[in-house]
Parts: sequence; structure tokens; C-alpha cells
Amino acid sequence: MAAITTTPFDITTETPGSRVTLVTGDSSYQSVTDQVCLLAETPKVPTAYWIALACSSALLLNLVACIGYLLTTGVGVWGNMVPVAWGWPIVNFVFWVGIGHAGTLISAILFLFRQNWRTGINRAAEAMTIFAVMCAGIFPGIHIGRVWVVFWLFPLPNTMLLWPQFRSPLLWDVFAVSTYATVSLLFWYMGMIPDLATFRDRAKSRVRQIVYGVLSLGWTGSARGWARYEKAYLLLAALATPLVLSVHTIVSFDFAVSQLPGWHTTIFPPYFVAGAIFSGFAMVVTLLVPARRLCSLENIITVRHLENMCKIMLATGMMVGYAYAMEFFMAWYSGNPYEQFAFINRAFGPYWWAYWTMVTCNVISPQFFWFKWCRTTPWFMVIICIFINIGMWFERFVITISSLSRDFLPSSWGYFKPTIIDWLMLIGSFGLFFTLFLLFCRFLPVVAMAEVRSIMPTEEETAE
Amino acid sequence: MKRFHFPAWIDPLLPVVAGFLGIGLVYYGGLFAYAVHPLTSDVGYRPEQPVPYSHALHVGKLKMDCRYCHNTVEVAGHAAIPPASVCMNCHSAQDAAGQTPTVSIRLDSPKLAPIREAVATGEMLPWRRVNDLPDYAYFNHSVHVNRGVSCVACHGRVDRMEVVEQKATLSMGFCLTCHRNPAPNLRPAEFVTNLAWEPEGGDAASIGAALMLERGIHPNDNCSTCHR
Repeated sequence: MAAITTTPFDITTETPGSRVTLVTGDSSYQSVTDQVCLLAETPKVPTAYWIALACSSALLLNLVACIGYLLTTGVGVWGNMVPVAWGWPIVNFVFWVGIGHAGTLISAILFLFRQNWRTGINRAAEAMTIFAVMCAGIFPGIHIGRVWVVFWLFPLPNTMLLWPQFRSPLLWDVFAVSTYATVSLLFWYMGMIPDLATFRDRAKSRVRQIVYGVLSLGWTGSARGWARYEKAYLLLAALATPLVLSVHTIVSFDFAVSQLPGWHTTIFPPYFVAGAIFSGFAMVVTLLVPARRLCSLENIITVRHLENMCKIMLATGMMVGYAYAMEFFMAWYSGNPYEQFAFINRAFGPYWWAYWTMVTCNVISPQFFWFKWCRTTPWFMVIICIFINIGMWFERFVITISSLSRDFLPSSWGYFKPTIIDWLMLIGSFGLFFTLFLLFCRFLPVVAMAEVRSIMPTEEETAE
Repeated sequence: MKRFHFPAWIDPLLPVVAGFLGIGLVYYGGLFAYAVHPLTSDVGYRPEQPVPYSHALHVGKLKMDCRYCHNTVEVAGHAAIPPASVCMNCHSAQDAAGQTPTVSIRLDSPKLAPIREAVATGEMLPWRRVNDLPDYAYFNHSVHVNRGVSCVACHGRVDRMEVVEQKATLSMGFCLTCHRNPAPNLRPAEFVTNLAWEPEGGDAASIGAALMLERGIHPNDNCSTCHR
């Protein structure tokens, strides 16, 4: 119920003057609630759900096994080597952190800009953010090799009288990502309280009543409660907004602040943020198209929502393409032969295949979204979004691996090859992500019911 | 009908949660106290040695120099534990012909029996190491001694110890404290083995600071200085 009741302004309106309804079908307040609660309350869960959960939890188990193997054996199980010491764990970390950004953008920035269409998708996108940050958090944690001293990442007083390097973006990253995780979690949970109360009120069993009763913190739906809730929601949205920009900016500093050609560029922060939003929206669409089907939410998460997200992907995809071009331009314009080498090596060196995969997936595939049919056909946009996700993973691969493998000293150059464990861990992280998302679909309100109701015509209006 | 909002029996449980949080705090406090306590890093460790050699007697009373026995300390990373033959310079036993060198002190002492045996058999005496750094930390005695870091800085007043014991924590923090601010532990090189040395006129820190300037002493605190 956080939609702010100012003059209704809906940028997705096609004909000026007429307002397109965001919730389609013959939906009423009651039917919206019934739809959203369906998967959480039904005794008969669709088979598709069980199959999806079985597959994703099998992958999750594989991730756990790989981490166990890594811990008992050592980081040699990865393909990481000198000079490519960062390898896939860092590629995966940046990939997953990037995925999260769409959730915060939808929940915070679109909220502040009064984009009412966000209400249909913000809950699921926020959940996706949190799960993506969890996947991301694993990788730097295990990449340090000695997981039992992972607390050294934080500046804690210790008998070594040693502090992390405060001038290093790697430490800023610890703060950026942990702040991001905390604020996203609070925002997500706080926004969910009225809907959890709905779950509680509809609960048939005592256990559900108690669990959702505790989770909804005694929400009564009083006017006073709503007034405070909306104020707090606005404040949290304002707090979360800078995080959309700051987190991936700082992740880009991990690269940009170092001196390696190919990393040491000032374009990285905006380029990374655009890429993060690009990949995040691709993941939201990849998740929501099947999820709206699974939970029968086509009325609430409409094609219009998907179309809007496609437009954002088109815009951010072109920003990313512009950044790719600008990197080459700057390499040429700088007159610096090392910088020039780094970029020519990217496109035509030993990792040319990764570079051109990235360009094809990230620059060419979103161009389909110029066409209305592509923006409004869910199965087609899922295919494009999967390509975008592949492309964005390869973007991080290209940046990390191709730059490191050709560093300052030609004598120390090498060719990075991933091992089977690298592959299994990447796939396993998707298992964690999808398992959490499926559990979310089953046990928590997938759509912000209270907010969706607030953007529907009132019952009186409908009656007229 | 009264609607159900919140299970009321949860509220009395809040103090329990607070209690757990409190226990957690105490636990972490205890953990921290344990981590920084000197006993954790073996301060006061004084193992029984195969021969009851008294540093208090030899160094304190008889004024022997540390380097008489630990003779590699100025030239090598490792400060040598003397072979039994060094003891024999003063405590030599009768040779096969029953002859004793001109100077021999307490040649028949039963306490010295293991020394005589070690010399006869050529076996090493099983001395027990008191100050033991972890294997991943590199330490070089000569580089410290030659720059005027006295033995006393790490080993304490060995000249007053009947049985040698560990005095410093030898933790990374201990090393780094001095590496970051070495002046208070520096002295003119000729006084390095004089454990009782007191700075004349002025405090140790200002003397040390002058020595740092004069001799260009800039201790490293890079990881690879010690973790090679």
C-alpha cells in the first residue's frame, strides 16, 4: 500500500488522457488476494513446481558438495592460477551482484518516481535481489581459500594488530555488499508485513496462523499502522536508492582502481551499473514469465509489465554496447599502446570467442526488443533474456580473465582453463538461486497484494 | 469475534531472546579475552631442560656474553643452541688417560653427566625450545641484533632466569608493535647483549629515534617481510 496517492501518472499509457488499467481481467480486491495466495495455500501443489524444486535442489546439493570438496582439498580444485588468480569465483560474484540490481531499481527508484506498474513485480524482484546477493556472497567468501578466517574481511580488532587495507576497494566492497544485503532484506521484509498479515488472517491451520502471525509482527491494519508503514517504506526506498548506483560502482572499483590495462578505466562505474540493471531485468523476466504461469498471476503481472522491462533492457543494453565501443575508442584515443593491446587482445586474442559471445548476446540480442511482437511474446523474451544473462556472465569473464591473462609481463602470461568444479559451482549457484525463489513462491506473498489493490479502481468506481 | 493478530505467548519469550543475545555477548567477550590473554600465546612457558643450566648464574653472576654460546646470532637467522662441547670449554671431563685440562670447573658434577655423555657419544642434547615461532613466520636474529634490537626486547631478563621461560607473547601484534615504532627498542649495537643497559641521558625512544636516522633503520611491515 505504498503507492503514493498523488495525481495518477502512468507512463505506460498509450493514449494521452486515458488510463490503462494495470491489473487486467475482471479482478477485484478479493480475486487479487485469492490469486496471490493460491500457491501458498493450495493443498495440491502443481507437479511442475515439484519438478522445478527437485531439479534446483539437486543443483543446490551439487553446490554444497563442491564447496565441501573445495574446503577439504583447497583452491587448487579451481582453474585459478597465476596470473589469473581471480578466476571464475570473482566472475560469478560480479555476475550475481549485478543480477540483484533490478530488484532495488524496481522497488526503490521506480517507487520514488511513482511508477505504479512496479507494484505487480516489486516483491518478486526484491526477493530475487536478496537471493542473488546470497549467491554472490558465497563466492568471495570461498575464494579467499581459508574460509575459517573469513571474518578477516571485516575490520575487527585482533591480536595481529592488523586491519584490512582501508584504501582498497575490496574492503569497500565488503561494506557495499553487506549494506546492500541488509537494506534490501529490511525493505523486502517490511514491505511484506501487511501481506503476511493477510496470510495470517486467511490461515486455516493453527501453525500457519502462528508463523505468519509472528512474521507479520501483530499487524492490525489500523490507519495509524498504515500511516507509519508508508512513511517507513518511503524512507527505506530513499535509503535504498543510492545503493542501486553505489554497489556496482564499488564492485567496478575492484577492477578500475587497479592499474591493469583493461581494468584501469574511468568508464567502469556507469558501465557496470548499466550492465547490472540490464542483467537484473533479464533475470527478473526469466523468473517471472514461468512464475506468473506457475502461480496463475497473468492478471497481475501482465504483458504490459513484461513489455516495460523489455524496454528497460533495450535501453540499458544499448548503454552497455556504447560502453564497449567507448572502451575501444578510449584505447585508441589515449595513444597508449598497452591499453590498445589490451583491447585488441580482448577482441582478437586467445579469448576472442568470449568477447564475441558477449557482444552478440548483449548488444545484438536486445535489439529484438525494438519490435512490439518481441516485447509482448513471453516465451520469446525469455529466450532473449537467457541470452542476455549468458552475455552478461561473459562480460565479467572477458573483463576478469582476458585482462589478467595478459598482464604486464609477457613472461608470466597464461591461458586460464576452468575445471569441472568451476562449472559445477557456477551451475550450483543457480541451484541455490532457484531453490530459494521456488520456496519463496510457495511460502511468501509473491506479489505485494496491498500495493496492487491500491492501484486498482476502488470498489465504488467499479460498481459505477 | 476477536481477530487473531499475534500469538500473545510470544511476548514473555522476548526476555529469553534478550538473554540469548546477552549470552552471545558474554561468549564473544570471553572469546576475545581468551584471545588476548598472555597464557593463550604460551607466555610463562618454562619447560624442564635435560641439564639444569642456569642463565642466572652464567649470564647474571658470571657475566658471560650471550654470544659466547649463541654464537651465530650476529651472522645467521638462527641463534645457535650450543653443542655440548661448548660447555666442555669450562666443564671438561677427564680424558681417556685420566688427565684434566688446566681449567675445569665442577668436572664431576652429576648435573653435568648428560653433557659428558653427549660429548662422548656425539649425540645432541635434547634441549627444549622455549621461544618457538610458527613455521609460517620468518624471523632473522642477525638482522635485528645488528640494528641494535637487544635480546631483552623479546627474551626478557634471561640473566635473571634460573629456568628460561617465554616472556613475550610473540604474537603478530607483538612483532608489529615494534616494526611500526622501533625507536623504544633500539640501542647502540655494542650494548645489544647487555640486558641491564639503561639509556643514559634522555629516554630510550629519543636515543632510538636518533639511531634510526643515523643508521637508516626502516623496518618493513609488508606481509612478505615475515610470511615469505
